[in-house]
Amino acid sequence: MNFFKNFFTGRRFVIAVPSLWLAFAFLVPFLIVLRISFAEADMADPFGTLLTVADGVMTLKVKFSNYLFILQDDLYVLTYLSSLKFAAITTALCLIIGYPFAYFMARAKPAIRPVLLMLVMMPFWTSFLLRIYAWKGILANNGILNNFLLAIGAITEPLQLMNTQFSLIIGMTYAYLPFMILPLYANLVKMDVRFLEAAADLGATPFQAFWRVTVPLSKSGIIAGSMLVFIPSVGEYVIPELLGGPDTLMIGRQLWDEFFTNNDWPLASAVTVVVIMLILVPMAIFNKYKAEQEDNR
Amino acid sequence: MTPERAAEPFLLIRNLVKDFDGVRAVNDVSVAINKGEIFALLGSSGCGKSTLLRMLAGFETPTAGEIILAGQDIVGVPPYQRPINMMFQSYALFPHLSVWDNIAFGLRRDGLPKDEIAARVEKMLALVQLSEYGKRKPHQLSGGQQQRVALARSLAKRPQLLLLDEPLGALDKKLRERTQMELVSIIEEVGVTCVMVTHDQDEAMSMATRIAVMSAGRILQVGAPDEIYETPNCRFVADFIGSVNLFNGSVTEDQPDHVIIDSPEGRHYITHGITGTLGMPVAVAVRPEKIAVQAEAPTLEQRANASEHGYNCVQGTITALAYFGNETLYHVQLDTGTTIKVSRTNAARHDAAALKRDQRVYAWWDGADVVVLTS
Repeated sequence: MNFFKNFFTGRRFVIAVPSLWLAFAFLVPFLIVLRISFAEADMADPFGTLLTVADGVMTLKVKFSNYLFILQDDLYVLTYLSSLKFAAITTALCLIIGYPFAYFMARAKPAIRPVLLMLVMMPFWTSFLLRIYAWKGILANNGILNNFLLAIGAITEPLQLMNTQFSLIIGMTYAYLPFMILPLYANLVKMDVRFLEAAADLGATPFQAFWRVTVPLSKSGIIAGSMLVFIPSVGEYVIPELLGGPDTLMIGRQLWDEFFTNNDWPLASAVTVVVIMLILVPMAIFNKYKAEQEDNR
Repeated sequence: MTPERAAEPFLLIRNLVKDFDGVRAVNDVSVAINKGEIFALLGSSGCGKSTLLRMLAGFETPTAGEIILAGQDIVGVPPYQRPINMMFQSYALFPHLSVWDNIAFGLRRDGLPKDEIAARVEKMLALVQLSEYGKRKPHQLSGGQQQRVALARSLAKRPQLLLLDEPLGALDKKLRERTQMELVSIIEEVGVTCVMVTHDQDEAMSMATRIAVMSAGRILQVGAPDEIYETPNCRFVADFIGSVNLFNGSVTEDQPDHVIIDSPEGRHYITHGITGTLGMPVAVAVRPEKIAVQAEAPTLEQRANASEHGYNCVQGTITALAYFGNETLYHVQLDTGTTIKVSRTNAARHDAAALKRDQRVYAWWDGADVVVLTS
C-alpha cells in the first residue's frame, strides 16, 4: 500500500503523461522498425521471424545483411551523402537569408514586430503540399519565372529549372526558412543593445561590432535554427518528390521506394535506422553545447 | 591632486540641446570642464544627465550646440572614433568574452601589436587588482569585481575622457562606500579627466571635484561639493542637496553688511549682504545641522550673530524624532504650523538633556549660517 502511495505521486503522474506519449509514439515504433531491420525479406510476412523454437532449440536469428547491404551498395552511400549535402546547403542558405531577416525584425520598432512575426508564420496557414506545388508553377518550363525572363528578353528559350538541384534547394530553403528565422529572432530580440554601444565605445565599427558581439552572442540561436532546418531536411521526402529530379538523390525518397515499391521492409527499416543515427550525431553535439551553455549561467 | 588650470578648458560644452520627439531632454547646457577633473552630473531620473553623457559618448546626436574636446568639435565624430571611453551602467561586459578579452577588446580594435595588448591588459588587471581573474567569464565574478573589470576596460585605451554612468549604482551600500574611494584613487592615478552621471548625491559629493546639479534638462548650479551645499543658488539646489528648511519671506531691511527678512515664522537677521531689493520675496534656507535646539530659552552668549532682538529664533514642539546613532533628527512644529527639521550630533553616550516627543523647545541659528535664495 505504502509503495503505491509513494509511487503514484503527483509529480510522477505529471511526468508520466509525456513519458507515455513519447514511449508509444516514438520509442515503440522505433523498436518495431529496429526489429524489422534485422529480419529476412519475406513478401508474405514483412515482419519476418527472429525467434523460432524447433526441436527444443530456441533460435534467435539476427540478420545484419540489410546493414551490410546498405554499406556496400554505392547507391545508398551516395544517397546518404547527397541527403547530407542538400540538407547542409539548405541550412546554409536559410542562415544567410534568415539571419539578416531576424536581425532587422529584432531591431524593428516594438510596435511592428508582431506584424513581422505574423508575416513569417503566415505561410503555415496554407497547406505545405500546396505551397510546394506552387513552386512547380513558378519554376516550370512554361512557368511564371521562365515566362517573365522570356518577356524581358533575358533568355531566348526556357531554362530547365524544374526537377534540378536548383529547384530542390529553392523548395527546401523556402519551406524551412521560418524554422531558422524564429529561433534567431527569439535570440536576437533579447540581446541588450548596450553591448553594441559598449563595442562602439571601445572603437569597433558597426561591422566589427556585429561580427565580434552580435554574432557570438546569438550563437545558441544560430545552432538551434540550424538544427531545426538540418534535421528534417536530411529525411525530407515531399520536396524532393515534387521538385527534385533524377540527380537529386534523397534518402527520404529511397526509403519510400524500398517500403512501397520494392516492398522490402527489412531493408527499408535498416535504411531508416541509419538515417536516425546520422541525425543523432548533430543532435548530440547540439545537446552537449546546450548543456555547456546552461552550465555557464 | 589639483586640477591643472589651462587657459582653454579641456572639455567645453556650448549651448547643447537635445530633443526627443518634441520633448527637450537637454536644454541649452553650457559647461567647461578642466583637465584632470572628476566632474559629476547630478540630478534625479529624467533630468537629462544621462542624455548629456550619451551625447559626449556619441550615442546621441545633439539637436544643437557644440562639444569641444581638446580644441576639436567632436559632435560629428562617431562613437568608435572618439578618444572617449565609457563605463556603462551595470557595466555591459561582453558575456561571451573572458575578463582578459573584455579588456583587450578596445585595444584589438585599434590594431595594436599582440605583445603590447598583452602588456596593457596585464597592467590594467594589476591596476584593478584582478590579475588572477583574467580567464574568468564576467558572470563568474562578483558585482564589485565586475565593476572593476568595467573600469579596466574603459581605461585600457587610455582615453582622453572617461565617462562613468552611475558607476556604483549596481553595488550594495557597504561595498559602494569602499569602492568610491578606490575608484577615485584609480582615476587619479591614471590622471584621466572624468565626467560621471549619478542620482546619488553622496556619490557625487564624495567623488567629484565639481558637481553640476541638473533639473529638467538644465544645469542649475556648478560648483565644488561644499559650494553646492553651503551656497546653493536656488531653492531646487538647496532642497535637492541634503536637507534644508526654507522660510519664505520678504526683505524688510537691506544693508551692505546685513539684511533683515520677515517671514511668518519670525524675523531673520542675516550677517551678509544679498543681491536683492527691499520688499523682494525671498527664501531663507537653513540646514538642519546648523540649527541648535534645547528646552530652555537660549542665552545671549549662545546666540552669536543674531543681533540683540531675538531674531533667528523660533519656538515649537517636537512632533517626531528619528535616531540614527550618530545623530538624531527632530521634527519641530512651530506655532505657525510650519515643521522644521533639526539635527543634533550625539556627541555623548548619555545625554542628560535628551529631548523627547511633545516637548516644547527653542530652535535658533547663527545669522552667518543661512543662505538667502532669490530664485
